[in-house]
Amino acid sequence: MKILVCISHVPDTTSKINFTEDNSKFDSNGVQFIPNPNDDFGLARAMWFKEKQGATVTVVNVGTAETEPTLRKALAIGADEAIRVNTAATDGFSVAKQLANVAKEGAYDLVIAGRESIDYNGGMVPGMIAGLIEANFVNNCIGLEVDGTSAKAIREIDGGKETVSTKLPLVIGSQKGLVEESDLRIPNMRGIMMARKKPLTVVEPIAVDAETTSVSFEKPKPKGAVTLVSPDNLDELVNLLHNEAKVI
Amino acid sequence: MSVLVYTESDKGSFKKAAFEVASYAKAVANQLGTTVTAITINANDTAELGNYGVDKVLNVTNSQLDNFNANAYASAIKQAADQEGTKVVVLSSSANSKYLAPLLAVGLSAGYASNVVEIPTNTSPFTVKRTAFTNKAFELTQINTEVKIIGVSNNAFGLVENSGSASAEEFSPTLPELGVTVESVDKATDKVTIADAEIVVSGGRGLKGPENWGMIEELAEVLGAATACSKPVSDLGWRPHGEHVGQTGKPVAANLYIAIGISGAIQHLAGVSASKVKVVINTDPEAPFFKAADYGVVGDAFEVVPALIEKLKAFKAQQ
Ligand SMILES: Cc1cc2nc3c(=O)[nH]c(=O)nc-3n(C[C@H](O)[C@H](O)[C@H](O)COP(=O)(O)OP(=O)(O)OC[C@H]3O[C@@H](n4cnc5c(N)ncnc54)[C@H](O)[C@@H]3O)c2cc1C
Ligand SMILES: Nc1ncnc2c1ncn2[C@@H]1O[C@H](COP(=O)(O)O)[C@@H](O)[C@H]1O
Repeated sequence: MKILVCISHVPDTTSKINFTEDNSKFDSNGVQFIPNPNDDFGLARAMWFKEKQGATVTVVNVGTAETEPTLRKALAIGADEAIRVNTAATDGFSVAKQLANVAKEGAYDLVIAGRESIDYNGGMVPGMIAGLIEANFVNNCIGLEVDGTSAKAIREIDGGKETVSTKLPLVIGSQKGLVEESDLRIPNMRGIMMARKKPLTVVEPIAVDAETTSVSFEKPKPKGAVTLVSPDNLDELVNLLHNEAKVI
Repeated sequence: MSVLVYTESDKGSFKKAAFEVASYAKAVANQLGTTVTAITINANDTAELGNYGVDKVLNVTNSQLDNFNANAYASAIKQAADQEGTKVVVLSSSANSKYLAPLLAVGLSAGYASNVVEIPTNTSPFTVKRTAFTNKAFELTQINTEVKIIGVSNNAFGLVENSGSASAEEFSPTLPELGVTVESVDKATDKVTIADAEIVVSGGRGLKGPENWGMIEELAEVLGAATACSKPVSDLGWRPHGEHVGQTGKPVAANLYIAIGISGAIQHLAGVSASKVKVVINTDPEAPFFKAADYGVVGDAFEVVPALIEKLKAFKAQQ
């Protein structure tokens, strides 16, 4: 089985978010970048398929040379090879088009992308790849087994989960739960050394028109101070929630 | 030309989000000077949609669609959009709508903006305001395509009643191959889900262990709320993964979010800050959650929560 894991390169979860150029651009100054947390789950599951079922694992990112540390990290964790599509990621559709092209050219059986990125929160790339390459698609995937060309997946739904059956080629939207937290991988020294010898291929993008354009950003208004209520006066809390906040 | 809205139902009854997206679609239709058409799949009482501004309902009745299927649902919505000559499609932010939206976007060659929090700020160029960076910012996004898809953030717009009436007609789309077949569904039917809830009661590591969740569940029950938890609580296996909220868990955009024994780490706050009113109960007055909350009680959850339950029961009894 050939697996393609799409990895986006996002600001660390603790980052303070700022903008430059008249609030039109994300300010990456001083920001640490990490692989999108949902992609960590996808990569860990791909490694399981590699170790248990002999799958090969390719990781891919659409981005400029600055994103290479994220791909190197995935190689150090154990991916066999990496591809970088050499263009700045703009809207979700353009990124999905580039990724679909890579997926098609490499004839991957399974494409794993995160349910949502923590930067633009588009939640669109995995589904769009599936639509573009006409593969089956399971989103919010929290369990996946593959046997030949048949797959069984568990999907989180509002208020529970469901088990579905489907066939390869398949795209999944990965998230927490796809592997246990304790099965997430971090690179070790040997992996880091080996990653240096693994191929990281840079390919040029295909021509795509962006469907959406980011115009500008703004930050939420600062919050007023908290109203403290004494633990001995909880009637007051009930009163405030009812009469002031009007939420109960 | 009408605005098309997909109004979701569960076992035949509309979800609250269906009325919210219908209200939103009506506001967009007013901006564009057009009408609202809703598409429903196996819904019982389509007339209800008239109260929220829907003019016409395309009602799909097909037992093959009893279980949600993203391909088939996206295809049905696409066929409805084609038939109506729709330029704007409105969806909710439920897990199912977010699942089908990108497939629909590819099918309609439409630009899709998710997590939209207001009616379009401009209709030419078509511009919407959405959350980005997991609620740490808003982004103004321009949709450049002829057909546009808007995913409305939960509870961002609210319900707006309208004294209209909706005409209904049967709609029979051609179904594509399903591709994915549901084998079994495991869902607690008696519990409010985080996605649908107006109130969410959430517990953190301050509660010490899973055996102490009885009072969290009781508080949730009194309020008709859903229960949620911080990441370490689900990582420790005290609560199921589906309850984990925050930047890397489920987003919460409730009217009221009550955080009990949760410190308020940046990753937690990012994911819940879209909630309108936040209450924190924590022994440590320095806990960062107090900076993000509207109301706070500095106190021991094991004393405050049982007392609050009693007060709320008394309050509810009076209502
Ligand atoms: C990549 C990454 C992603 C993450 N994503 C998320 C996420 O999505 N969601 C999330 O929640 N976290 C996330 N985290 C974890 C986050 O950083 C915090 O560690 C976590 O939110 C802390 O959980 P907590 O508040 O329950 O526990 P703690 O930080 O241990 O806080 C417990 C709180 O309980 C209070 N307390 C103790 N006893 C009592 C009592 N008797 N009564 C009342 N209060 C009491 C304490 O004062 C303290 O404030 C993420 C971390 C990383 C690195
Ligand atoms: N620039 C990118 N390069 C590779 N994969 C990406 C990129 N952007 C998004 N993805 C993938 O798509 C998922 C969802 O992203 P999004 O649709 O932007 O929320 C991410 O978790 C990644 O798996």
